[in-house]
Amino acid sequence: MRYLPLNPADRQAMLATIGAPDIDALFADVPEEARLDGPIEGLPGHASEMAVERAMGAMARKNLSAGDAPFFIGCGAYRHHIPASVDHLIQRGEFLTSYTPYQPEIAQGTLQALFEFQTQVARLYGCEVANASMYDGSTACWEAIAMARRVTRRGKAILSAGLHPHYVSVAQTMARFTGDVIDSALPDLTEGAPGDDSARLFAAIDEDTSCVVVQYPNVLGHIGDLSELAARCHEKKALLIAVVPEPVALGLIRSPGEMDADIVVGEGQSLGVGLNFGGPYVGLFACREKHVRQMPGRIAGETVDAAGKRGFVLTLSTREQHIRREKATSNICTNAGLCALAFSVHMTLLGEKGLRDLAALNHAKAVRAATRLANVPGVELVNGPFFNEFTLRLTEEARPVLRALADRGVLGGVSLGRLYPDGDGRENGLVVAVTETNTQDDVVAYAAALEEVMA
Amino acid sequence: MARYFTEEHEWIDVDGDSATIGITDYAQEQLGDIVFVEVPDAGAMLEKGDDAAVVESVKAASDVYAPVSGEVMEGNDLLAEEPGLVNSAPEEEGWFFRMTLSDKDELNGLMDAKEYKDFIASL
Amino acid sequence: MSMLNEGRPTRPIEAEPDTAADTFTGNRALMIDEPLVFEIGDTDQCGVDFDEAPEGESRIGGLERNRPIGLAGLSEPQTVRHYTRLSRQNYAIDLGLFPLGSCTMKHNPRLDEKIARLPGFADLHPLQPVDTLQGAFEVIYELAVWLMKLTGMYGVAMSPKAGAHGELCGILAIRSALEARGDMREVVLVPESAHGTNPATAAFAGYRVENIPATAEGRVDLEALKARLGPDVAALMITNPNTCGLFEREMKAISDAVHAAGAFVYCDGANFNAIVGKVRPGDLGVDAMHINLHKTFSTPHGGGGPGSGPVVLSEELSAYGPLPFVAKQRDGSFRLIEEENAAEIHPHGFGRMAAFHGQMGMFTRALAYILSHGADGLRQVAEDAVLNANYILRSLEDVLDAPFAASGPCMHEAVFSDAGFAEGLTTLDVAKGLIDEGYHPMTMYFPLVVHGAMLVEPTETESKGTLDTFIGALRSVAERAKAGDESLHAAPVFAPRRRLDETAAARNPVLVWKETEQAEAAE
Repeated sequence: MRYLPLNPADRQAMLATIGAPDIDALFADVPEEARLDGPIEGLPGHASEMAVERAMGAMARKNLSAGDAPFFIGCGAYRHHIPASVDHLIQRGEFLTSYTPYQPEIAQGTLQALFEFQTQVARLYGCEVANASMYDGSTACWEAIAMARRVTRRGKAILSAGLHPHYVSVAQTMARFTGDVIDSALPDLTEGAPGDDSARLFAAIDEDTSCVVVQYPNVLGHIGDLSELAARCHEKKALLIAVVPEPVALGLIRSPGEMDADIVVGEGQSLGVGLNFGGPYVGLFACREKHVRQMPGRIAGETVDAAGKRGFVLTLSTREQHIRREKATSNICTNAGLCALAFSVHMTLLGEKGLRDLAALNHAKAVRAATRLANVPGVELVNGPFFNEFTLRLTEEARPVLRALADRGVLGGVSLGRLYPDGDGRENGLVVAVTETNTQDDVVAYAAALEEVMA
Repeated sequence: MARYFTEEHEWIDVDGDSATIGITDYAQEQLGDIVFVEVPDAGAMLEKGDDAAVVESVKAASDVYAPVSGEVMEGNDLLAEEPGLVNSAPEEEGWFFRMTLSDKDELNGLMDAKEYKDFIASL
Repeated sequence: MSMLNEGRPTRPIEAEPDTAADTFTGNRALMIDEPLVFEIGDTDQCGVDFDEAPEGESRIGGLERNRPIGLAGLSEPQTVRHYTRLSRQNYAIDLGLFPLGSCTMKHNPRLDEKIARLPGFADLHPLQPVDTLQGAFEVIYELAVWLMKLTGMYGVAMSPKAGAHGELCGILAIRSALEARGDMREVVLVPESAHGTNPATAAFAGYRVENIPATAEGRVDLEALKARLGPDVAALMITNPNTCGLFEREMKAISDAVHAAGAFVYCDGANFNAIVGKVRPGDLGVDAMHINLHKTFSTPHGGGGPGSGPVVLSEELSAYGPLPFVAKQRDGSFRLIEEENAAEIHPHGFGRMAAFHGQMGMFTRALAYILSHGADGLRQVAEDAVLNANYILRSLEDVLDAPFAASGPCMHEAVFSDAGFAEGLTTLDVAKGLIDEGYHPMTMYFPLVVHGAMLVEPTETESKGTLDTFIGALRSVAERAKAGDESLHAAPVFAPRRRLDETAAARNPVLVWKETEQAEAAE
């Protein structure tokens, strides 16, 4: 077997050194009645590299990949162009096949990259500090709610209707077990501000509120100023948590931190990581320095070595499970290290100028596409302000329309009927994302197909 | 003024109806470099045995228990800026908090300096 | 106070600045220090070219950025060099033996990387129409079948994002099952030697955690466990093979006792590598177990992640598993079970643990790895992993104290203690000494039940020659520690950095780069 270096002679020699008659003697502690005497039945034997490629390739070909169709799906995962050097760099064995940097003398590469990542995330979000990553945006969002409970010692989280429904589900799942109260609502297709429920949020904040969670841009693409919401939270000593599903947006629009959000979390997948059918992604997590000891996850920090040279270590580890055990801020151990590196490499390639240009390009293309699609009979644009994602209202249910578009080779977006199965007027809604990867030809093809389907 | 010790390696200086509490020199030695201390806020009501403060080294986080019941009068704010005081002067400037004593009988059974010395020698 | 003092010194002894080979740059040939990107880049530099943005109105509602962000950029050649230089300051599996106990650092096949990057897997959106994703669902389904058959379990939840997330999944399924019986139990029992994630997970799921002691031979104390079991205990979280590197011989009796008390057995599957293909946890009474795909099934650790933590479940617990999941239909096609159809098909599920479907990029890698090995190869994996660990144990027990050497063979990892080291010399010194010998150190100070523990897991992807050299190196360093060689305090001497001051890092945390630092340094 190509991954196993020992040969039969090695094995015999080693058994002799150990003083064991055969390999089974080493498994003597496994109860005999449970020991398997050969390979498990019904499973195939080993295969060559070529055979595995053939088998896996056949499965890959059964999918319609995003690059093979005019593609307009977003809702928490965005298709962006990833520069070739990103993947090259993260595939260097010293990054790919290294471990969590618990031995800092021989992990400065990872640690410095994480320190740079933290700085990038903090700056992008307008926050003082950031951690070294979470699993993804949805789990980062729940961790932020749990952190707000620890900071405020209160247990009621108010979720905006504009928060991604999967993120809401994750919070509801966890809260059932932790005893947190979740106050949530479904979004309305409000003209000019879909999913904006500021009035509800303002009214709900009280002395028991640990936090308000608001998505920016929200799940229907709407963007709105968070400053007043932050002030209203702070009046009642609650925290404002902002969730950013599309980091590219922050190249154009103001960061939540600048609008006084206390914790900013989000999905980092747009930069460097790719679609990957939902994972692995990278959760971004930033907050105020005064709350850092309540922050979950690993953190890299700067220090010096014994000879006085600057170096980096994992720090404030007493928050974490391997030291604090049942009193840890989170049970997270493995995070999204390599995806964080990919995010960071992409961000370094962009720099501030590149990020602003990329964001501007996304916005301009999205505005143009929205205008074009809204011209299709039976289609109207619901949004006022938006970044690169917007909601269309059709005169009919959107889900079958998307189905028919897919048959015509267009992946046209996400229907609200899929995200919110309970209907109530949302089923005609369709969320469309446009990035720099969409050409004008894609938009023309989409509009033409939509016209045909809606006719 | 009398100084008592607990088996949890805390010292307690009793002065009338109030007490000052910290961790012992032995404890700081065992913990290593202290990097963070969280002391209770004034006004907190503590029952004997409650978690009262947190002390962290790089490698460990430990809870400091209230050795007696009472109300916290003040925490040692200096420790937030300079946690190393717990290493350099654990039984003086490195005190953790002051509290009122609601039940002096709770002092019965605590150790004096000699008993504590024998206690740590036995560990 | 509670006294946790097992651990390691955190402030290095100051070393003389090394002046042996001063260079103008401070670099040493191939060892090149690299500044932070913020120190060498600037906000106008960019390594990506874009199409011209089309003209048009702006629709961002007056929210435009009005302050600088402060993100430094580099051109592509600078970027490639920056990260290449950084990479060279890392140890990695690709460079050598990585004997990190409990972490299973084995070779990462490059075929798996190639497969994961096929556009038909990597360029799929999780919310595409399901009939455009049949091949992706097939991957998830095929992997699920392998995991169920290898573990002898009824079902599997694929969505957990890492081992600890999988633990959470298993414990939430257990809690849901108990609640469905109207049984509100409050306690989860965890052996002293458990990974820290176990108690953290139980607490995160709302349980109180109590420890169960180990016997002198390094296994769960069955009598102590039986004495503690009662109507308030929801589950036992056990690791098998355990963190002392031993198989829990009495696993079946443990499971029977737990079940008799109305509780569930959660197994931490971090060490499944030792037994894959040799014994099925389902045959030992396990109700739930996570599998770290990044350990047993060799998806790369990537400097700390991403991982993937599918959880195999018993028939009873499967009813409570999370959404979404993939189901195969009679016609051979696959469908997705999520919120909209769950009421009908999976009414008792405890809900969603993460957006989307789990770690697809890890599923493709793990399935490629599994297909490569096949059922026969995976069995050989376990045998060679255990053989390699025992070879290390028996080759070093004369020089290093092996507290459980008399307990029988070890499984895939061997544990040693610091007994016999000269006064003042520690496990940390040995670990750092190994760095100078060209190795990543073993896991140190874990498990907590062994004083100055050194947990060595060679894995099956090391040759006998590699092991022999490593044994020689560890023997040499151990002998220095026993002989009182104080120079070990200064190790590592040849690494990119000497020992780092963790105390200073924690006392005055510097967690992001700030311009002011540079300005002050310039003054």
